[in-house]
Amino acid sequence: MGGRNPVTWLGTPSFPKAAHDALGDTQLRRNLRKATTTIRGKRASAVAELADWERLRAAGAAIKDDVLANLDTYLVRLEEAVTARGGVVHWARDAEEANRIVLDLVRAEGADEVVKVKSMATAEIGLNEALEAGGVRAVETDLAELIVQLGDDRPSHILVPAIHRNRAEIRDVFRRRMAEPPASDEPGDLAEAARRHLRRKFLATKVAISGANFAVADTGSVVVVESEGNGRMCLTLPETLITVMGLEKIVPSWPDLEVFLQLLPRSSTAERMNPYTSVWSGVTPGDGPRRFHLVLLDNGRTATLADRVGRQALRCIRCSACLNVCPVYERTGGQAYGSVYPGPIGAILAPQLVDDPHDEQAASLPYASSLCGACYEVCPVRINIPEVLTHLRGKVVEAKGKRTPEAVAMAAAAWMFADARRYEVAQKAGSLSRFLARDGRISHLPWPGSKWTSSRDVPAVPKESFRAWWRRNRG
Amino acid sequence: MTGPRVALFATCITDTVYPETAKAVLRLLERLGCEVDFPLAQTCCGQMHFNTGYHDHARPLAQAYAEVFAGYDYVVAPSGSCAGMVREIHPGLAGTGPAVERTYELSEFLVDVLGVTDVGAYFPHRVTYHPTCHSLRMLGVGDRPLALLRAVRGLELVELPQAEQCCGFGGTFALKNAETSTAMLADKMRCVQDTGAQVLTAGDNSCLMHIGGGLSRLRTGVRTVHLAEVLASTEEEPWAAATR
Repeated sequence: MGGRNPVTWLGTPSFPKAAHDALGDTQLRRNLRKATTTIRGKRASAVAELADWERLRAAGAAIKDDVLANLDTYLVRLEEAVTARGGVVHWARDAEEANRIVLDLVRAEGADEVVKVKSMATAEIGLNEALEAGGVRAVETDLAELIVQLGDDRPSHILVPAIHRNRAEIRDVFRRRMAEPPASDEPGDLAEAARRHLRRKFLATKVAISGANFAVADTGSVVVVESEGNGRMCLTLPETLITVMGLEKIVPSWPDLEVFLQLLPRSSTAERMNPYTSVWSGVTPGDGPRRFHLVLLDNGRTATLADRVGRQALRCIRCSACLNVCPVYERTGGQAYGSVYPGPIGAILAPQLVDDPHDEQAASLPYASSLCGACYEVCPVRINIPEVLTHLRGKVVEAKGKRTPEAVAMAAAAWMFADARRYEVAQKAGSLSRFLARDGRISHLPWPGSKWTSSRDVPAVPKESFRAWWRRNRG
Repeated sequence: MTGPRVALFATCITDTVYPETAKAVLRLLERLGCEVDFPLAQTCCGQMHFNTGYHDHARPLAQAYAEVFAGYDYVVAPSGSCAGMVREIHPGLAGTGPAVERTYELSEFLVDVLGVTDVGAYFPHRVTYHPTCHSLRMLGVGDRPLALLRAVRGLELVELPQAEQCCGFGGTFALKNAETSTAMLADKMRCVQDTGAQVLTAGDNSCLMHIGGGLSRLRTGVRTVHLAEVLASTEEEPWAAATR
């Protein structure tokens, strides 16, 4: 096993460089501002309706923590329950193994095309590309995923992967790639074109691939929640269903599921309840797929679980509330993060799944945050994202060693702060900056100060610090 | 004096760059009957080091803080960010203790400990207030600063649109991701200017240095003034436009 974890995209530059391009994209900026501002307001209203929201959040976090602490037990319980109901469970330690298992299963069915339910786990492992290389075409059936796929594009949001596209761009993509292109860029026409395109696939395709939002260990029931009903088509029409599921998606029992079915839609789409909730337990003769395979995916999760602080990222239920409130995400969009997991959750999850301290791009992600804490405030499972960000920054610093210019400067600052007398000498030296100032402000500093003064003045350090004043007047 | 014995934790940025803010805290607290000391051994809470990932450098600063501020009834900082660092992060770095437990951000101290919202201030300007992220979300100061501002005579308080959005400072974030930081700042400045306020106030000089640096660069004419300076201002001793 081994090789590169496809959770981050090969060739993506580090975050500040990728953000540079995104910040200059006026269409992207407008789309993102509009979309995130709207969903932020709606989420806040949907959440405000529940008097026990904070207790639900605490319950969600507690259930997930219990699952993570006893994963060995629950995984075996799930496997037994799925097997008892006629499903087949496969274990995949990484992307490569998961992709091979799925490809072999599809080949065994003699299929050269599969329909897909929107799924983060299969995007994380680059399943579509792996199937393609094996001669199998994967058709995304979620409207936004379809837009991304037909546009040879990359996703930029967990829930709304085509959030960066407007309807004129979507019309152009559909015109290029569909047998019956849309009449106009009116939403109704775009949806109709997608519907006709997909109906043919649903009726003709023998194998479907899905992810899972939850799996109930007690009964082996797998749950997918969605808005469009296209997922329901995939989950019921084909003869064979293959589900790829991150091994942290387990909930112990049905009463636990109730908590998450309240937390997820309100956090995600700002709905009280999502339109389609599909649940299946193994196979049921005469109803739905005749063969069911469940692929349990590790791909860096057990390594993440070993980190006392970082493991809380595994509570994530992929709602994307943290993306929608993040001031950084709102301005750079998701592709700048170089991963299927963008935004605050991506900044803590992707580097942990990559688990390579020398990967520059992954190492830049924990710094893609002002630590404003808006993400933590909305997270339905109370992931303390700022805490994990600073924790992962610590690991980045450790890996880079003590000789980088930044590490040297930080060591010097720490030495200066360690002694009030040295600190006071530094203050006096700093106050010489007033000779660079005009009207008390400085507009140009040499590197690295230039990173500040490129857009902001900096006040001159006054001649007398407070402590000097205190000593003179009160000492 | 019979008032509480309060140590002023000026924070390194206020001590060095904004001494007028520290003088304002001193004046304000003494006016309200506190006995204020400024322990000269204080330096920095270690936030820059910690938030950038240099946890080993932050640890001794947290230890020093605990020693320097141990012997007081209260420690008051004119910064939500530094008070947040002390209360939320120091325990994990160097354990908790009296200094950590008795540390308050200024507006918390005034409202919760001294029990005042009208501090007898006079500030005849049109003012808008930016709730800085750490005071808002780490400490949860809520509308304490607004309650204090509403009681200031002569002050016309105007609501800042999208107030709870980060200004883009984020410590070393402003350097490491300077362009994204600037994009966030641009929107914050637009909101500030939309209010028509003359003065933007907040409880953190670091965020004010960031927003103020942008407002100054664009010659908007809007001044940034720390909440302590607004509250310290009186008819007898009004705030004077110091160099900022």
